[in-house]
Amino acid sequence: MYDIKKIYKATSVQDAIKHLVDDPNALIIAGGSDILIKIHKGKLAGCSLVSIHDIDELRGVSMQDNGDIKIGPLTSFSNLSKDHIIKRYIPVLGEAVDQVGGPQIRNIGTIGGNISNGVTSADSASTLFALNAMLEITGPNNSRIIPISEYYLGPGKVDLKNGEVLTAIIITKENYEDFTGHYIKYAMREAMDIATLGCCVTCKLNDQKDTIKDVHLAYGVAGPIPMRCPRAEKSIIGMKISDEMFNTLGKIALTEVKPRTSWRASKEFRLQLVEELCKRSLKEAIKKSGGVING
Amino acid sequence: MSIGKSIKRVDAFEKVTGRAKYTNDYQINNAYVARILHSTIANGIVKSIDISEAVKLEGVVKVVTCFDVPDITFPTAGHPFSLDPKHMDIADRKLLNQRVRYYGDDVAAVVAKDEITAARAVNLIKVEYEEYEPILSIEDALKEGVKPIHDDYPDNILAHSSYEIGDYENAIKEEGLIAFEGEYETPTVKHCYIESAVSYAYEEKGRTVVVTSTQIPHIVRRVVGQALGIGWGKVRVIKPYIGGGFGGKQDVLYEPLNAYLSKIVGGRCVKLNIPREENFVSTRVRTAMKFKIKSYVRPDGRFVARKIELYGNKGAYASHGHSMVAKACNAFKQIYQDEIATKGDAYTIFTNMPTSGAMRAYGIPQITFAVESHVDEIAKALKLDPIEIRKLNMMKLGFVDNGIKCYCNGLEECIEKGKKYIDWDNKIIEYKNQTGPIRKGVGMAIFSYATGVYPISLETASCRIILNQDGSVQVQMGATEIGQGADTVFAQMVSEVLDIPIENVHMVSTQDTDITPYDSGAYASRQSYVSGMAAKKAALKLKEEIIAHANFMLKLPLGNIDLERNCIVNKKTGEVLCSLEEVAMHALYNKEKSVHIRADITNQCKSNSFSLGVCFVDIEVDIPLGKIKVNKVINVHDCGKVLNPELAAAQVHGGMSMSLGFALSEHLIFDKKTGRPLNNNLLDYKLPTVMDTPHLEAQFADTYDISGPFGNKALGEPPTIPVAPAIRNAILNATGVSFNTAPFTPQRLVEKFKENNL
Repeated sequence: MYDIKKIYKATSVQDAIKHLVDDPNALIIAGGSDILIKIHKGKLAGCSLVSIHDIDELRGVSMQDNGDIKIGPLTSFSNLSKDHIIKRYIPVLGEAVDQVGGPQIRNIGTIGGNISNGVTSADSASTLFALNAMLEITGPNNSRIIPISEYYLGPGKVDLKNGEVLTAIIITKENYEDFTGHYIKYAMREAMDIATLGCCVTCKLNDQKDTIKDVHLAYGVAGPIPMRCPRAEKSIIGMKISDEMFNTLGKIALTEVKPRTSWRASKEFRLQLVEELCKRSLKEAIKKSGGVING
Repeated sequence: MSIGKSIKRVDAFEKVTGRAKYTNDYQINNAYVARILHSTIANGIVKSIDISEAVKLEGVVKVVTCFDVPDITFPTAGHPFSLDPKHMDIADRKLLNQRVRYYGDDVAAVVAKDEITAARAVNLIKVEYEEYEPILSIEDALKEGVKPIHDDYPDNILAHSSYEIGDYENAIKEEGLIAFEGEYETPTVKHCYIESAVSYAYEEKGRTVVVTSTQIPHIVRRVVGQALGIGWGKVRVIKPYIGGGFGGKQDVLYEPLNAYLSKIVGGRCVKLNIPREENFVSTRVRTAMKFKIKSYVRPDGRFVARKIELYGNKGAYASHGHSMVAKACNAFKQIYQDEIATKGDAYTIFTNMPTSGAMRAYGIPQITFAVESHVDEIAKALKLDPIEIRKLNMMKLGFVDNGIKCYCNGLEECIEKGKKYIDWDNKIIEYKNQTGPIRKGVGMAIFSYATGVYPISLETASCRIILNQDGSVQVQMGATEIGQGADTVFAQMVSEVLDIPIENVHMVSTQDTDITPYDSGAYASRQSYVSGMAAKKAALKLKEEIIAHANFMLKLPLGNIDLERNCIVNKKTGEVLCSLEEVAMHALYNKEKSVHIRADITNQCKSNSFSLGVCFVDIEVDIPLGKIKVNKVINVHDCGKVLNPELAAAQVHGGMSMSLGFALSEHLIFDKKTGRPLNNNLLDYKLPTVMDTPHLEAQFADTYDISGPFGNKALGEPPTIPVAPAIRNAILNATGVSFNTAPFTPQRLVEKFKENNL
């Protein structure tokens, strides 16, 4: 039994917005895999909810005319990783969300909920950061599009004003075309766990497949919110694939991250993972692009 | 014949179709729901409690506090009652406690109409404490001048026991001995049974009925009587199927409190289902232990003299008292024998931590971790093969200690099988002198484990068998099915003795203390041995009664007929004279001498046998990431005759899985200042998932234990003993780094590898 004061099941985006405006204290619930835990723990006990679960227009993945890929925020993790567009053009995203929790959680949890929960450990977040995802947010009067990096305001806080709903996640063509990516979720278990550190790297190689043409490096749990490491990225663009390149990436990434010590893991341990995982992720991403790694 | 065959579980169909009844299926209409308020300090006293807001909440039926409950302290251990006051379990807690002894102690309870109201009411209770400095470690508890946690134990030492075999001080003077010292530590871990501690309590005809998820129904009945100060016959305990116990339910948990709550609401049914978070902290945990071992060894690896100092962190209440620490300390002198002397000192220390009680293998996973780690250090230093040094010192056939005997010894066979599976000799060579970030290693560990609790405690078991008209039987055991397959094995035993088909043996799985004969319950890997003796004895008695009636029916002299293949046969020729069904019908309905054939016996067991075994592992260590991958793992057990190979293998798999967690990921973590639990949920407490579990290989030695009812000895708990030290020794083999504190979590691995410049 969950201590819920009331729940309204919205029938459309506009209907959801209306009810959110009417009850400013109400929270949006989608799959429920985060909200219900907070209710169970007492943090949100007695809350009011507006469910967007039944708004089917917010589900699914589609290819836009301009080649951008639009992901409905209510798309479940399992549907996302099975989606043929995702599989073909952005497999790294499907692979990343396939590491969330276990099969049951992946069936109910949604990608929009994953990022809107605002936590740094969300498995989709670092990959969406690496993909420079754009978010469409619809409110009572208008809708706006912002980069995902601006969505995160702080731990557990995202830029959703009263009455606003996340209505689309857009990956633009230039952020996936010719890129390959790899996500490593480092956790204490192989399933049913949250990331101690998450690391996603996407990269593009030159035609000879021996030089990094572009690279995006993103982390979860390396700071209070998901983050990119722009200096580390820049430092290896144009570099030949080599041990030196990997070491440079790792060393510079260390200067950009801000992990903290908690009882779950120490700062030092997370730093070790920051340095090691970006190299391993990049290696895998390069291999997927047809690049060759010596040694 | 069904002993030794992989008979399908007798409860398989019921369980997979959801028909098997568990405690929660015994809900009585309109049951009230109770919740407990736990203390938010680790040490102190409750000065006052304000329940005024809570009682105002609509739907709240009753709020009780530590100031309201009867002034009776009671014991909780799942031990048989002792008539000797010196051996009685310590009675040190009340239903609710004003003296708070750990973060999570029970200080008040709410009975309400539903779960949410109960939870809201608990949040509205205000408690004023007088707080004392929390005593969270063994070291702090032993400091001079600290305020005792229990007034009866002014130095916080619940008990100290010791032994010395031979003259230790003299033995170590031998010339040429090499001394080894080591300190080892095991964590606080939790059973993580899937079904939480749950009970229903209500009154019926002036008596208290408790339906509960327990391993020990008859003991729960006694303790509820003790705690409420009522006659034990006024209590009825019903134990349906249970979703795991692992020793956590070999303790009386919240049944007495729930019985009391029902009483104060006029005997209405009250449900008390302890949430997972509270199960972690406020039931029982495994005893965390610290060990100091010193060994004097000849250069050839022979142990001449060893001593151990062992400290167990008891936590807040006595529960099982000193018994598991004492048992662990005894194991030190059992698995290996020193040529001249062995010395042991064991201490059980009260602290302001969750109460530790029984958990699968009762102290032996802890001591085995310490001893087997230590032996590998000696082997490494002396450049001896870890197997050879063990063979030189390990238990031999006929060994006796404290009344426990090695009746059969398949340890060498176990080692040979494990060695072969893991390809030990080749891997030892292959894994020498590795470099690079990923390194491989092999490791192994052995153990011994007693079967039951004789002679320290009473070992008694009962069985009742009743013959039906169609020649089938009902078997009623005091022993409990807790998922391990006890019912199936008992059915096999009865089928074997009577020589009737297994499907004609109907197990009465539910224990009801109004009906079920006495047995102490499921613990100490005792049931297939101790209760098995009762099943065998009852079946033999029933067979005697059947043959006696057949003699009467067939008008034949004594001694000429037997019961075979479900029929009465001519003993000499095997000729079938009549079916068992005919005898059963005749027995009940004949007009000359009607008898309802049955056997109802109690058997006291006065033997105990060492069960033995080994684990071998082959692992891969990712040094920069601090990850261990178990490539291969095998347990080989000498459990005497294997009664049911598939069930036995399943038992081994479960034990190995628990030990993998103990080795790699499981430990309860507490705030170092306040004693507040930090990871008391299944997300943060890293119980391994199926994705973390490699193929678990289970094999058995081919032995027969003459003291067991069917040649069998302990197998319930032993599988969870040797895996953790085998992994520890494989890390040593792979990296040269010694880990003496379990679990070997990634962060600990990374830190230590860095320290060692790997």
